[in-house]
Amino acid sequence: MTTPAGAGVTERLTSFVAALRAHGVRIGTGETVDAAQAVEALGLADRELLREGLAATLLHGPGQRTVFDPVFDLYFPRGVGGPEQRTAGREDLRHRLADALTADDRAMLARLAVEAVDGFGGYGSSPGSDGWSSYQTLERLRPQTLFARVRDNVRGQGGSSGFTDRLLEDEIRRRIDAFRALVAAEARRRVAERRGRDEIARRAVAPTADRLDFLFAGKAQLAELRRTVSPLARKLATRLAARRRRASRGSIDLRRTLRGSLSTGGVPMRPVLRRRRPVRPELVLLCDVSGSVSGFSDFTMLLVQALHDQFSKVRVFAFVNRIDEVTQLLEHGTADPEGLGARIEAEATLTGYHGSSDYGMALGEFAERYGDAVGPRTTVFVLGDARTNMNDPNLPAVRQIAGQARRVYWLNPEQRSRWGTGDSAAPDYAELVEMHECRTARQLSALVARLLPV
Amino acid sequence: MFTSVDDVSARLAETGYLASPAVATTVFLADRLGKPLLVEGPAGVGKTELAKAVAEVAEARLVRLQCYEGVDESRALYEWNHAKQLLRISAGRDETWDETRTDIFSEEFLLTRPLLTAIRGDDPKVLLIDETDKADVEVEGLLLEVLSDFQVTVPELGTISATRRPFVVLTSNASRELSEALRRRCLFLHIGFPDEELERRIVRLKVPGLDEALTRSVVRVVGALRAMDLRKLPSVAETIDWARTLLALGAGTLDETVVRDTLGVLLKHQDDVLKAAAKLDLDAL
Repeated sequence: MTTPAGAGVTERLTSFVAALRAHGVRIGTGETVDAAQAVEALGLADRELLREGLAATLLHGPGQRTVFDPVFDLYFPRGVGGPEQRTAGREDLRHRLADALTADDRAMLARLAVEAVDGFGGYGSSPGSDGWSSYQTLERLRPQTLFARVRDNVRGQGGSSGFTDRLLEDEIRRRIDAFRALVAAEARRRVAERRGRDEIARRAVAPTADRLDFLFAGKAQLAELRRTVSPLARKLATRLAARRRRASRGSIDLRRTLRGSLSTGGVPMRPVLRRRRPVRPELVLLCDVSGSVSGFSDFTMLLVQALHDQFSKVRVFAFVNRIDEVTQLLEHGTADPEGLGARIEAEATLTGYHGSSDYGMALGEFAERYGDAVGPRTTVFVLGDARTNMNDPNLPAVRQIAGQARRVYWLNPEQRSRWGTGDSAAPDYAELVEMHECRTARQLSALVARLLPV
Repeated sequence: MFTSVDDVSARLAETGYLASPAVATTVFLADRLGKPLLVEGPAGVGKTELAKAVAEVAEARLVRLQCYEGVDESRALYEWNHAKQLLRISAGRDETWDETRTDIFSEEFLLTRPLLTAIRGDDPKVLLIDETDKADVEVEGLLLEVLSDFQVTVPELGTISATRRPFVVLTSNASRELSEALRRRCLFLHIGFPDEELERRIVRLKVPGLDEALTRSVVRVVGALRAMDLRKLPSVAETIDWARTLLALGAGTLDETVVRDTLGVLLKHQDDVLKAAAKLDLDAL
């Protein structure tokens, strides 16, 4: 394979592909060859064309784009080294930044990000000798404090009046956020020049939302995860439907058999079976919503709620150390997923004398008060890390629930190697019910597709 | 078909399709590498329109396969015309069976469906496989042969290969995950919502009667709505509808009353309407 710029580009491309693969993007050799052809067809002159061309040939889904862009910025950087001119000073930069934010000039913002990191991001004995920090840059520059100035500038220029004036503040906030992202990308690039691209690509680029560990996800990342609930639910619903279809056996559907027999001259060679009316299973969810695992529980509850038409009955219970039914809250919760956790906390009785989670007490209360919710057609999912805070795990209650239900599964957001450490009662519970490690949305969707009853 | 990415943008624009750089680049590559183009994105951003525009630019015939649950070989590929075959058999009473047999499985009795139509013949064609995600998984298997080798095997006739490869566009709303095998054979393009400037140009092109300032406001409001966490975000199609509505109402500028009364054009769920009204500081509905 030859490209206009020769071997250097080929090598750059293959290490770029390797970095994407390290982030879980599945790229075959065929796609790499396509990408090389794309480079050949597009040339290297226009960076944005190259970006789109490589994205078209290498990626297979929109979710991968969040990983692709930062990695692309590292391997095909906008420039090398620092800016041509050193920045004059903090006030000068802030002044020009305010102008660029007022005009929403993307190209100018990108240039300013380069200057800002160069001027204020370097740390070490002599500035820049040890590395570059986007945090330090933003701390010194404080773009958020330009907010009022930019707003007044825009209003002063008559750029916003009447009804749309109320949108202005959010728009400026978005522009400032975009600038912060540019600074982060620029700092990453400068660090990569110093420490080697491959290492930075592996470590400093955040994983895609579905590979994010539930227990370590921040607020923004959880919000992003929540947005994936409904597409994920749709995907799972079709997978369940396919499993149901395959599972169906039934009597002959005469009408469709005869219709099919036309192609064989009226001889019914291939009998068509009547589709069985699906008997929809029941689902009960027991969710630990205490602080440590609430991100995981929220996400799973929303997912199950989004799948509710796949089941005849879904009941959801939340607990910390007491248990309460939250099915109703969840039904209304789909309109406002962010407030779900707060509402559950406010409206359900989840805690007794203290605020830390107690699996034994909660499970015992469930077996006692809601025992009739579990019948021979019910599948029970328990969501939680099984950390009992040294309380009695109450194994008889679990045994009782497992005896009544069709199946009981336990989804644990902790990594398997940590089960049983400290106050975790995971191994005890795992002896009674099937326990699965479920750390990321990807694992969860695989488990749900496999474990949900059809 | 195209000489450069700019050429793609310019010629698509002539037909009334304003393409973002990502769209233009990917269309250019699809043409250059001869690969099918898989287009995903929210409803109403112009996925199907893209295929139509490409067909118009290339002066090609647009062959469309609309996928739905239960679409099968006989709808997508080809079918034998049984009724006509029966007529032929009963008409030729005195013939030997061998003669009849070779005759009734000839092209005359073949009903071509979109996939076969697209690869037969020498004239340029654009094959649009619309809403691929609605079709069953089995149909994807059928597409693989067509899309990778551009050939179809009819047992009675042999393998029919394309003499001229059609430009293939597959669209999907991602209601089902397409198989990795299919994705691998295609260039992937995600059309998202356009940026402000592009959307302004689109509105100006589609609703020329709307004045400049109002167009700007319309696009800004839609942008603000898209930043909210709504069940169904307004798409380009809704923006255009809204612009047309405002034009029809003769609204000179946006104000609370106009926005409140026409919010239903942009948002299709009552929850969303209420939420947006609250965020935009409209009076209670």
